[in-house]
Amino acid sequence: MSPFRFSTSPLDTATLQRDVRDESCGGFASFEGWVRNHNEARQVTRLDYQAYGPLAEDEGEAILDEARSKFGLRAARCVHRTGSLAIGEMAVWVGVSADHRDAAFAACRWIIDEVKRRVPIWKNEHYADGESGWLHPDNTPADAAGQR
Amino acid sequence: MPERPPPEQTIRVQYYALLREQAGRSDETLTTAARDPRELYAELRARYPFTLPPEMLRVAVNAEFGEWSQPLKSGDAVVFIPPVAGG
Repeated sequence: MSPFRFSTSPLDTATLQRDVRDESCGGFASFEGWVRNHNEARQVTRLDYQAYGPLAEDEGEAILDEARSKFGLRAARCVHRTGSLAIGEMAVWVGVSADHRDAAFAACRWIIDEVKRRVPIWKNEHYADGESGWLHPDNTPADAAGQR
Repeated sequence: MPERPPPEQTIRVQYYALLREQAGRSDETLTTAARDPRELYAELRARYPFTLPPEMLRVAVNAEFGEWSQPLKSGDAVVFIPPVAGG
């Protein structure tokens, strides 16, 4: 299975973790990104994720390759959801295994930051008042002058 | 003699996120005289109410990050990439 991929169905962490297991590893770290019910003081009811498939997969693979050599990881995986997600659902999972915990912690943090910065994925927030809006990387509206 | 206009080419454009919402479609195939992505985006801005200036976008040609000034040829697939916000 490809180390970086998209999923249209809910993520199962037990299965994902099995993929990074390695007997030479003493440390495993993972990050889960969840859909929260608020942003910028507005009540959020759901999130829609869109990804530019082929380019996003290539960029995601490149990030995991870089992480493996930068931190000396044994394995690194990332799965990101696309489509419509409810509050509380897991939107992204990152898991890494390494010989020691320092590399695992640092790499996990680095990977999620790079994914958010580089991979062409977008989220559209839907609000309790019926409005919706695409977000910038800092979680502010992408279209401040537009419909909002 | 007047300069010849650039030849028209067939370009496929895909839209994501805010650009998809503002274009009201996810993709289209255009016949255009635009020579590079910069000219193509200018042409599309005249047609659709795009609010994102080109400085805020990146461009991909045939599923690879590209340059605004790279020449386009018939059959190319172009994507204008709004600021990303995954996670």
